[in-house]
Amino acid sequence: MSAQRTAGTRISRDELAAVIAADIPEGSIVNLGIGAPTLVANALPEGLEIILHTENGMLGMGPAPEPGRIDPDLINAGKQAVTELPGAAYFHHADSFAMMRGGHLDVCVLGAFQVSEHGDLANWSTGAPGAIPAVGGAMDLAIGAKSVYVMTDLLTKTGESKLVASCSYPLTGVGCVTRVYTDHAVFDVTPDGFAVRQAFGDNTIDSLAELTGLALVDATQGSSPDASGGARTKEEVR
Amino acid sequence: MIDKTTPDAAAAVADIPDGATVMIGGFGRAGQPVELIDALIAHGAADLTIVNNNAGNGDTGLAALLAAGRVRKIVCSFPRQSDSWVFDGLYRDGRIELELVPQGNLAERIRAAGAGIGAFFSPTGVGTELAEGKEARTIEGRDYVLEYPIRADFALIAARAADRWGNLVYRETARNFGPIMASAATTTIVQVDELVPLGSLDPETVVTPGIFVDRVVPVGIRSWLDADGAFVGGVDLEGRPLAAATAEEAAA
Repeated sequence: MSAQRTAGTRISRDELAAVIAADIPEGSIVNLGIGAPTLVANALPEGLEIILHTENGMLGMGPAPEPGRIDPDLINAGKQAVTELPGAAYFHHADSFAMMRGGHLDVCVLGAFQVSEHGDLANWSTGAPGAIPAVGGAMDLAIGAKSVYVMTDLLTKTGESKLVASCSYPLTGVGCVTRVYTDHAVFDVTPDGFAVRQAFGDNTIDSLAELTGLALVDATQGSSPDASGGARTKEEVR
Repeated sequence: MIDKTTPDAAAAVADIPDGATVMIGGFGRAGQPVELIDALIAHGAADLTIVNNNAGNGDTGLAALLAAGRVRKIVCSFPRQSDSWVFDGLYRDGRIELELVPQGNLAERIRAAGAGIGAFFSPTGVGTELAEGKEARTIEGRDYVLEYPIRADFALIAARAADRWGNLVYRETARNFGPIMASAATTTIVQVDELVPLGSLDPETVVTPGIFVDRVVPVGIRSWLDADGAFVGGVDLEGRPLAAATAEEAAA
């Protein structure tokens, strides 16, 4: 793409985390990926029982400890100090990943390099020569959670769309993404491609189509939702 | 009488030969059996294949084993971290082989070895380069790839406490790979904060039964716990006293 692009309104990471948090119902079991997705934890409404899973072996993870109360035995998947909430449970790694693979996790929120309009996710490697590969639990989370939410900027630092027709980076999972939360808009992955669920500020379907170079379905509130407009469930994706 | 206690870490690892496959427990630093790893370094076994989630942090523990040049190959899910400079250097110099395995497949392959499973079909990694060349099958409409067990000659793990039969309890997220690695190795060596009398562990709360454990090495209660094992804090994530950590940062 060339010439002038209209960037449109961009909301902050914290604002986006609040948008995601508002879509997570009470009672959900949620895994937040390393990096920006951890901001969602701070945005979850107080008083609601939403259980956080960390793949290194804990349900009921709480926030960072007070100064002086760091416990080297109690860390999250990002290897940061955390705390346990009443009702917490510990388990070994095979059980932890059985929770993902077995379809017991309700939601995971992951970062992305690219998401394709078929719901393919690329978030673990750019494939750059000389880079040291590291995958961690990304591939298990991508195919395991009932709803896979991606939290990302819409554009790379050089202005390329992270929503693409087909991923050029190595895949993390095939057809696994449910919804993409970006700083410009929220997109559902549907059988007809990306559907704009919510556009922030002055972003429009047309401006988003220009930024991404993709044909987009209008599924914003006020548009007439058709049968295929909603996000696919895991069963449909599989 | 059954007594799996071993007086010191050096004696516990003395029969690990060159070329052995060794599982090492821990996720980052949590649950890493540092005293056993130090003993393995001193013992001198080389040409090792190491199975761990990571590839060492900082300059101690697994990172020190790598730095000593004893590791031919590492099987892990997440080698690249902010403090994995030892591995990074060896890898870039072509001095260590890496088998990268998605974390859940790593855990299940270890579990499968301990459970006597010949292989299993996993949905993780389907359609990615980490599944290239693997046998694929579609079962009830879903795609899977065939994954084989990972066995080891030795497992080195850490637990909170053990009795002389090798029954183990863990602490918090330091449990991580301990229970499955204990089951997947021919010889499992465990370092514990303390050895407790037989009968004092509540059988309902034993996490790893002693059947999976061969040797128990008490190494002392860690600095962030009191004599009863209760958390007292006052350390950083590496377990260093906070005052010392602050002084080091001030000097840096």
